[in-house]
Amino acid sequence: MIFIFILTHMKPESRKKLIVSAIQNGTVIDHIPSHAVIQVMRILNLIQTDHQVLFGMNLDSKKYGNKGIIKIRDKFFDDVEINKIALVAPTATLIEIRDFEVISKKQAEIPDIVEGIVKCFNPKCITNYEQVRTRFRVIDKQNLRLLCHYCEKITKNENIEFI
Amino acid sequence: MKNKSLISINDFCKEEYLQILDLATYFEKNPNQKILEGFVVATLFFEPSTRTRLSFESAVNRLGGRVIGFSDAALSSTTKGESLADTIRTVSNYADLIVMRHPIEGSARWASQVASVPIINAGDGSNQHPTQCLLDLFTIRQTQGTLDNLDIAFVGDLKYGRTIHSNVIALSHFNTTFHLVSPEELKLPSAVKMHIKSNNLQYFQYTDLEEVIPKVDIIYMTRIQRERFADPIEYERVKNSYTLTKKMLEGSRENLKILHPLPRVNEISVDVDLDPRAYYFKQALNGVYIRQALIASILGLA
Repeated sequence: MIFIFILTHMKPESRKKLIVSAIQNGTVIDHIPSHAVIQVMRILNLIQTDHQVLFGMNLDSKKYGNKGIIKIRDKFFDDVEINKIALVAPTATLIEIRDFEVISKKQAEIPDIVEGIVKCFNPKCITNYEQVRTRFRVIDKQNLRLLCHYCEKITKNENIEFI
Repeated sequence: MKNKSLISINDFCKEEYLQILDLATYFEKNPNQKILEGFVVATLFFEPSTRTRLSFESAVNRLGGRVIGFSDAALSSTTKGESLADTIRTVSNYADLIVMRHPIEGSARWASQVASVPIINAGDGSNQHPTQCLLDLFTIRQTQGTLDNLDIAFVGDLKYGRTIHSNVIALSHFNTTFHLVSPEELKLPSAVKMHIKSNNLQYFQYTDLEEVIPKVDIIYMTRIQRERFADPIEYERVKNSYTLTKKMLEGSRENLKILHPLPRVNEISVDVDLDPRAYYFKQALNGVYIRQALIASILGLA
């Protein structure tokens, strides 16, 4: 089940209340760049999940001016999944909630190795021909440049396509 | 290198390059011996490359081993729709070592992950061809007595030539000064130039071949392919200005040697062939010694 709140049309007080009215158990992914919210949901497979998902875009953020947020009820993520998010939402914070309490906050980190989530940009790469799980070494975390383990070509940030 | 696959020149350090070159020097002196008796090497050529295949098969035969394989994908079960992974797993049962050439980039790395025997990459599309690179290093050392501190000119298609890219990367370990001669549209990619810079080495770019000849110890010629040019007139103009003739070699250094990965089309005039500075056919022979060294080393026989 997915609830979509058009938060920008709400009064500031109710907006605040809505964001804070936290889920009892689950994960809040905060500080997502607004444009990346849908991509994060796709990477985490939240489009097809049975968990209750709430998300918002273009919310006010003291830190970034503008942000997106996703709340997933009764769902927790391991580090591998968190790292997947980091590629599209390097600023994202994962907040684990249990019994309305914040249990932990984790920063999404760009991993050294990216496996199985990004398509190789090179159309002549073996990963685009056979059933090979893609694998890249992140050679530049700042500008996000991925070196393919197989064809040794670089997929740049602007060419990244998620599988 | 026992049981290790040879996929990319980037997997090796300077010491490992030198060990293989030393072993190749040994095979140059003793090319015929029976150390591979009882061993089977598969040569799987998913695209034809007669020269490379014959060089590998000569290397195995001279060492007393047996060769199985195919020389064209049309002769393999690829035409029936079999995946590369399945072909490699199957052939792993029949051979102690697989030499493969494949048009898809990264295919050799993938094969090395599914094979139960070591793989030697004999070319994966425009990606890697490490045995060519090693035989070039071997040849340069053979002609100059050293790999260190040389002036080396690369001429022709520097943009798409994988051999050039691998050679530049490998030679960056040896304090080489690079002289890069190409038409404007076929200059060395900036990623490869970055590699030179990051090793604090120098490179110079030219469009005029004659200008570079007196300055270098090695001229490495490559073919310029017609299909690289949008404008056929531009190709015709460039083609002739990158043809090396005997007359152009006047005023070269005495130790100059001319290399070419072959096949040559028209970029070296045949009047150069008999000149003592022409070395490309000897270079091709060296391919056998390098491949003997690699096979023996990977099978743990040397």
